[in-house]
Amino acid sequence: MSSRGEEARDPALFDCRDTFAATVEGLAAADERVVVVCSDSVGSSKLVGFKRRFPDRLVNVGIAEQAMLGIAAGLANGGKRPFVSGASCFVTARGLEQIKVDLAYTNANVIVCGMSPGVAYGELGPTHHSIEDVAWLRAIDNLVVIVPADPMETGQALRAAFDHGGPVFIRVSRMGVPAVYGDDYRFRIGKAWRVAEGSDVTLLANGTMLSRAVEAATLLAGQGISARVLSMPTVKPLDTVEIAAASEETGAIVTVEEHSVHGGLGGAVAEVVVSTRPVPMRILGFPGFAPTGSASWLLQHFGLTATGICAAAVEVIKRK
Amino acid sequence: MTVAARHGLPAGRIPRSLPRDELVRLLVDASRRLRECELAMVRAAGLGHIGGDFSATDIVAVLVLAVLDIDPAAPRWPERDRFVMSKGHSSATLYAALAAGGFFDPSLLEGYMKSLSPLSGHPDAKRVAGVEANTGPLGHGLPIAVGTAIAAQMDGSPRRTFCLVGDGELQEGSNWEAMMAAGHRGLEHLTVVVDRNGLQQGAPTEETSRLEPLAAKAQAFGWAVTEVDGHDHAALLDAFEGLPVEAGKPSFVIARTHKGYPVSFMQDRVEWHHRVPSPEEARAAMEELDRE
Repeated sequence: MSSRGEEARDPALFDCRDTFAATVEGLAAADERVVVVCSDSVGSSKLVGFKRRFPDRLVNVGIAEQAMLGIAAGLANGGKRPFVSGASCFVTARGLEQIKVDLAYTNANVIVCGMSPGVAYGELGPTHHSIEDVAWLRAIDNLVVIVPADPMETGQALRAAFDHGGPVFIRVSRMGVPAVYGDDYRFRIGKAWRVAEGSDVTLLANGTMLSRAVEAATLLAGQGISARVLSMPTVKPLDTVEIAAASEETGAIVTVEEHSVHGGLGGAVAEVVVSTRPVPMRILGFPGFAPTGSASWLLQHFGLTATGICAAAVEVIKRK
Repeated sequence: MTVAARHGLPAGRIPRSLPRDELVRLLVDASRRLRECELAMVRAAGLGHIGGDFSATDIVAVLVLAVLDIDPAAPRWPERDRFVMSKGHSSATLYAALAAGGFFDPSLLEGYMKSLSPLSGHPDAKRVAGVEANTGPLGHGLPIAVGTAIAAQMDGSPRRTFCLVGDGELQEGSNWEAMMAAGHRGLEHLTVVVDRNGLQQGAPTEETSRLEPLAAKAQAFGWAVTEVDGHDHAALLDAFEGLPVEAGKPSFVIARTHKGYPVSFMQDRVEWHHRVPSPEEARAAMEELDRE
């Protein structure tokens, strides 16, 4: 697989795969049960360091996602603590039944890391875009689904997943993202985090879109609009309390995600909103297969930018 | 009276230390009782896969009741041998054998596939002691077994993994991904047993998408292959005691079996994949089993 996707070239931007590699190496150093299972994805998962330090604990099964997930379930049965790592588009689609049965239904202690999700492989086209992964995984019972926004959250989410004691899926971004959270941030599975307070509208985001939502709130403040920014790293289980509070207290919601508009974060939030306190909503994401283009171009093209979020917020407030 | 009691399910595992003839005699007897129990379970449920159950019974009996190093008092003992029943639709066989082996109360067999029963149509390791993997969709067990075998290899442990696959199931590509990985890693404590009854749900395997030459395929993937009569308890014991077939390679045991064995009107007939016997058929089958 070519790796001409968006790299984190700007020094102020971080590639969350580096945090993934450092975190898993740290966990492996502290706990000899930790193993990594990958599918010819040592380089693209930044596992070169892990391979050097723990050569006997890296199980590269070759280009074989279904076997990779089954083997991970077997390793867990054998007392290991596997992290599965591979391109999100292939791991989640090719191995969906293994994720459902071998991991979720079995309650296997396996953490699946979907690398380079969303449109990170923008130029490689829709075959390599992973804009459906959250939708199909969040339908599976007993599977935690996490979409971290920056390096700090990626590291904390991986550690929380390790302590969770059950199957977890985590997206690990390749596209460069700025640090969003302050030092006081504490990730907890199933908990949202108010990045900014506000009362006119809630911008609800995760992954690479969170920093853009924060930027949008600043733009909105310039227009006299008070926007709450709610980070929702865990898509399953959802923090329904914070979603209900957003409906109740701000009366309008814009969700934004690097994912299809069908069935992802927006869909999950809408399910809660309509069954608690219905308010006007906009769901921002990709409307369908995205064309070929760099990740940054695709995000721009589909309005997944601070100004795009800002415009959606203004529109949704008018419908209050 | 329970299904198990009615059919005199054997009580407990059979010590491997017994004289060979005695061990074989007890396994033959246990397999007959297991089949009677399976038939009663399928009749009571009005559902099931009796043909595949009967095809696999002798293999499962030999493994679960004698060969495996497992302990019903400590079903999660870390150093236990792993038995992954990939053909999860033959759940009646697995449940009857585990109950006979002392893993759970045989009275549970009465509820096979009934509402809220832990004994679902396909096994659930979370709810049934002795079940290692949740199987049902085909092609899942073999990769899981490769994983348990890699874990043992990493630990330098002698614990073994056995995986029973159906033959039709081998049409699933995930098996061959896992076969390649196991051959590459030389997992000599891993044994796959193929229930080679030649029939899948709708037709013979060779008329559907042919598996032969199966032994040559496995060999080409880096496995050592042996063939055995899957209804001959002594031969099965010999095969399992002779493992690995070849040092440094995973073992592929092709067990020649008959779907529906040994009932005359079921054997080798494709419709018995999941047909439920009528009361008359069940009675006739039970009489044939009793004569065995």
